Amino acid sequence: MRKVTAVFLLLALSCTASAQSTVPPGNADALPIEAAPPDKITPPAESVVAGLSSDSVAITASFDGSDILIYGAIKRESPIPQGPPLQVIVTVEAPSSGVTVWRKERKAGIWVNAQSVRIGAAPGFYAVATTADLEDILLPEWDNRYRISLPLAMRAFAGQVAVESAVPFTEALIRIREDEGLYRLDEGSVSLIDQTLFRADVSLPANLVEGAYKTRIFLLRDGQVIDVFVAPINVRKVGLERWLYRLAFDQPFLYGLMSLLVAVAAGWGASAAFQKLRRP
Amino acid sequence: MQIYLPIAEVSVNAFTLIGLGGLVGVMSGLFGVGGGFLITPLLFFIGIPPAIAVATGANQVVASSVSGVLAHVKRKSVDFRMGGVLLAGGLVGSWMGVWVFTLLQELGQVDLVVQLCYVVFLGLIGMMMLQESIRALRRSRKPGNRKRLHQHNWVHRWPGKVKFRASGLYISVIPPLLVGVAVGVLAAIMGVGGGFIMVPAMIYLLGMPTRVVVGTSLFQITFVTAFTTLMHAVSYNTVDIMLAVLLIVGGVVGAQIGTTLGAKLRAEQLRILLAVLVLAVCGKLALDLFLTPDDLYAIKPGIG
Repeated sequence: MRKVTAVFLLLALSCTASAQSTVPPGNADALPIEAAPPDKITPPAESVVAGLSSDSVAITASFDGSDILIYGAIKRESPIPQGPPLQVIVTVEAPSSGVTVWRKERKAGIWVNAQSVRIGAAPGFYAVATTADLEDILLPEWDNRYRISLPLAMRAFAGQVAVESAVPFTEALIRIREDEGLYRLDEGSVSLIDQTLFRADVSLPANLVEGAYKTRIFLLRDGQVIDVFVAPINVRKVGLERWLYRLAFDQPFLYGLMSLLVAVAAGWGASAAFQKLRRP
Repeated sequence: MQIYLPIAEVSVNAFTLIGLGGLVGVMSGLFGVGGGFLITPLLFFIGIPPAIAVATGANQVVASSVSGVLAHVKRKSVDFRMGGVLLAGGLVGSWMGVWVFTLLQELGQVDLVVQLCYVVFLGLIGMMMLQESIRALRRSRKPGNRKRLHQHNWVHRWPGKVKFRASGLYISVIPPLLVGVAVGVLAAIMGVGGGFIMVPAMIYLLGMPTRVVVGTSLFQITFVTAFTTLMHAVSYNTVDIMLAVLLIVGGVVGAQIGTTLGAKLRAEQLRILLAVLVLAVCGKLALDLFLTPDDLYAIKPGIG
């Protein structure tokens, strides 16, 4: 498989150089916000052009998940290079927030929360879709740089880590969120035709949180990222959902009174209705 | 039919929620408990975040209690004077309870204390009620037993006696005030209306007749939970009105059915049923504490 020809080596070198220019090494935490701007002097041999079926998701009262189609093509000035085939990885992630992972221990016969690890930022939703097995198509150093795989998607432990190893805690976080459908790794779900056209279907679960979501498309050759495309997806509540949410946070006292009024009216209404039913 | 809850930010089945509300409403009308000790764990179980479950549960309890208390007012089975005294104590107690809760939070392990409180109190009350009501049931079957209005005990010797006409009691205001405070403290710590503690306390400590206990307890719960709902809405923005409406739709209907059923059942049978229910919840919570959990790890939002 790894037939390294002189041509390919040259190509790979130029790709590495162009990718490094967008994200300087040593600044791995800074993710590219915009699509990696092609180097004016030496543009990458292959770059992504992509679109989304929708760039916003509206959460209505009857919202029960949404499918997003991410499609695109690979733009190149020269013929398809020789060597290992092109691979595509698509990620969709929700805004991050801090979480605490607790581990229970038995103390005096009772199970209590004993140890905890605080994780500064973990995305509320994270889906990775690929054209093949992730570890076959992505080298660890490139994973580290772009934080593509699930364990790398969460960043920075907050405060001091008091436990021997934080690994079981982050693994538990991923496992629990995978069970809830919030973290997903769909290997082989991106279809790539003739190393030129690709499409990925990412389904968003029903229990979404509002915010600015981000989708990233990585173009890979021989385990190395050669181009990145980033596009935002705006997830927001609309209509009644938005109105109630805003009222609850902007006018909490009014909102509380409204909740009580609804409760009292419903209670009184039911009482009166049943009275009528019993004595017609 | 899936529905997205704006504050809880989860999508749940609307009919599940209406059913849950209905179940708890029947309990509320039947026993005079708000149902907070049932609805809150049930909401956790279907995936509602705990803070929202507690606050919205309180709002639901307001609706079912109003519905229940109106039915009891019509049947003249509410002792308003006793309810007022209990409420005054309850508000003071719940203020103290919130203070204790904040203290526990600073010390950590608030979950454990809440769970232990549930197990201990539900266990004690359930056993007490079951034992007493079985004894009462046996006694009432034996003929020729002169029935006393109520037992005279230490609460009848305190100063400041007041007539509670609806209850047929002439006792000091201090015991009901203390009961109100104690229930308020526990209610605030456990995040419930406190009916399941209030009802046995009224029967066994104050010697109130079962006939007025349920209505009076509902009367007091209505105000305590309304206060709690407003507190949660203003300080934590955790009341989900969409969730509340669905629970309420089931709850108000359930409460009416429960009240009608309650009028047909005998007081001792009612008490045995409540005792069994309380013990069942207690057993479930105790098992959670002692058995090895399915998952040793748990995720909590925030890094505080």
